[in-house]
Amino acid sequence: MEKFTKLTAIAAALPMANVDTDKVIPSRFLKTIKRTGLGKYLFDPLRYNPDDGRENPEFVLNREPWRKAGILVAGDNFGCGSSREHAPWALLDFGIRAVIAPSFGDIFYNNSLKNGLLPIRLPRQTCEQLMADAAMGGNARLTIDLERQVVVRPNGEEISFDIDPFHRHLLLEGLDDIGQTMALAPAIDRFEERRRREWSWLPSTTGA
Amino acid sequence: MAGQAPRTLFDKIWDSHVVERMPDGTCLLYIDRHLVHEVTSPQAFEGLSLAGRAVRRPDATIAVADHNIPTTNRRSGIAEEDSRLQVETLEKNVAAFGVPYIPVLDDRQGIVHIIGPELGLSLPGMTIVCGDSHTSTHGALGALAFGIGTSEVEHVLATETLPQRPAKNMRVEVNGRLPAGCSAKDIILAIIGRIGTAGGTGHVIEYAGETIRALDMAGRMTVCNMSIEAGARAGLVAPDETTFSYVAGRPFAPKAEALDRAIAYWRSLPSDPGAAFDQTVSLDVSDLVPMLTWGTSPETVVPITGRVPDPDQFTDPARRASAQRMLEYMDLTPGTKMTDIPVDVVFIGSCTNSRIEDIREAARIARGRKVAPGVRALVVPGSGLIKKEAEAEGLDTMLKAAGFEWREAGCSMCLGMNPDKVPRGKRSASTSNRNFEGRQGPGARTHLLSPAMAAAAAIAGRFADVREFS
Repeated sequence: MEKFTKLTAIAAALPMANVDTDKVIPSRFLKTIKRTGLGKYLFDPLRYNPDDGRENPEFVLNREPWRKAGILVAGDNFGCGSSREHAPWALLDFGIRAVIAPSFGDIFYNNSLKNGLLPIRLPRQTCEQLMADAAMGGNARLTIDLERQVVVRPNGEEISFDIDPFHRHLLLEGLDDIGQTMALAPAIDRFEERRRREWSWLPSTTGA
Repeated sequence: MAGQAPRTLFDKIWDSHVVERMPDGTCLLYIDRHLVHEVTSPQAFEGLSLAGRAVRRPDATIAVADHNIPTTNRRSGIAEEDSRLQVETLEKNVAAFGVPYIPVLDDRQGIVHIIGPELGLSLPGMTIVCGDSHTSTHGALGALAFGIGTSEVEHVLATETLPQRPAKNMRVEVNGRLPAGCSAKDIILAIIGRIGTAGGTGHVIEYAGETIRALDMAGRMTVCNMSIEAGARAGLVAPDETTFSYVAGRPFAPKAEALDRAIAYWRSLPSDPGAAFDQTVSLDVSDLVPMLTWGTSPETVVPITGRVPDPDQFTDPARRASAQRMLEYMDLTPGTKMTDIPVDVVFIGSCTNSRIEDIREAARIARGRKVAPGVRALVVPGSGLIKKEAEAEGLDTMLKAAGFEWREAGCSMCLGMNPDKVPRGKRSASTSNRNFEGRQGPGARTHLLSPAMAAAAAIAGRFADVREFS
């Protein structure tokens, strides 16, 4: 996972609530066995004209300077719906490293953290302010400082955000959490031993 | 334990699976059952290969292909190249890592959330995960079951654990006698209509109350399946006699004395009297009317006797704008009676509603009637075993005589990843779980409803009140 420390980038506003994962990346694009190359499908239903597949010129990520956006500011319940990790993969492949919204779908939130995509929850009013900043485009970049847990507005105002210390640590260091868990193998071994004794009825998948 | 505070069903399952508690409250949670399918696993297996890691517990894991596979001409293979590659990749991976696999042509093949309970692989008290958000289905057995992303799939394959923060407890209490024509699907649509698609975010929902107790396991699975549509990662129903008699005799379920020991343990799981819930919602279903959705979010429910809403009735500008966009996408005019809306496609299937009980309901409505001209209607059983059972009962004959197509098991038209799709601009009456834009195919217009309501729509050629069909 790529480290996330501090990011200064153009922010794009997506003022819609309940942007579900089928909108982030429709299921017909999930037939891949790779994690990369999904950026071109990001927000497909919003980004392209359904009749001829051409770019919808109204959509924010099809306009300059937001084609180079690194931050997305969205509405409530962003990423609700399916568990597809292709949603954060598509955002990252496009170049977005952080999404700011009043709330997120739980699974999307977790998936983002595992991939170095920082999801930031901020109150709706704050998100609306940041959307107004985002509308100013290239002259109004936002900065996200994960170390200090602040979003810095173009006017210098700092807005602090919460993130659990476990994930903050993994993001700052770019750590693979599987490695961390494997270091706890003795505890897992002990747990499994106890369970074999206490839950001997638990069936295995290898024989019916 | 004497003096211990009363705990919820969720708390009990959680506590019994904590391997290690970290200082910040994150817990390393042990996973009893890992269900794997072809769409969300290839990158996870690739990650294991790259890191030189093995699957820690192949005997707790089982794989099946469901999302991509065609539901006709199964024996001639998968025509779509990328779909075939995904299934072949799964087959290669399970062979390389020694993971048990149910092949596509096996009778036990089916939708992962159907076959887990059906085969007795999903049991009360377990932690169950799968790289699919509808893993919440298995919670109907009284198991903590939730969907995970591919990184977490890789984590579970490698360690049989997941670092997780405990969810909050939400109780949804459903009381009242379910009126004729209404089903578990109408209950869960009504709940989502009430609490909204983010109402359960951060929570695990325990469904309780006399109506839930009276539901069979199929109905409880339908309810738990759509917990994620209310934002909750998991739904739960306390195990009871209905659960135990469902589990007994299933191929993988414990037998004889082992089953007795298991049941004795499962009886200790229901929430203690006085256990604290962070949120409680009550619903009386005595006057429930069959429900369906009108928009592109599962919370946009309306009774079949109702009309397409007017966006102006929403005071919140964001909600008004979203309703306007939905009506445009759905090509609906405010004020239209739901029963005046014609349908083009009817889909009876998916992990929400493809069990034998659902197919019986559809067949009951279809029997002696005909699918309306111009309507294409599909019935897709959730597993090969359900298909055989339905055929043994003659349900397929009844449905085919009425003009329904009878298919092989799979996810089918729920999500547009296999040849079964709703064409652009066409309107679908679907027993699945999501009506998102493009969910059943680009430009498809999906209305969610129960199997009986879907069958009624197929016969009428428009949405119809199933209570007029008995």
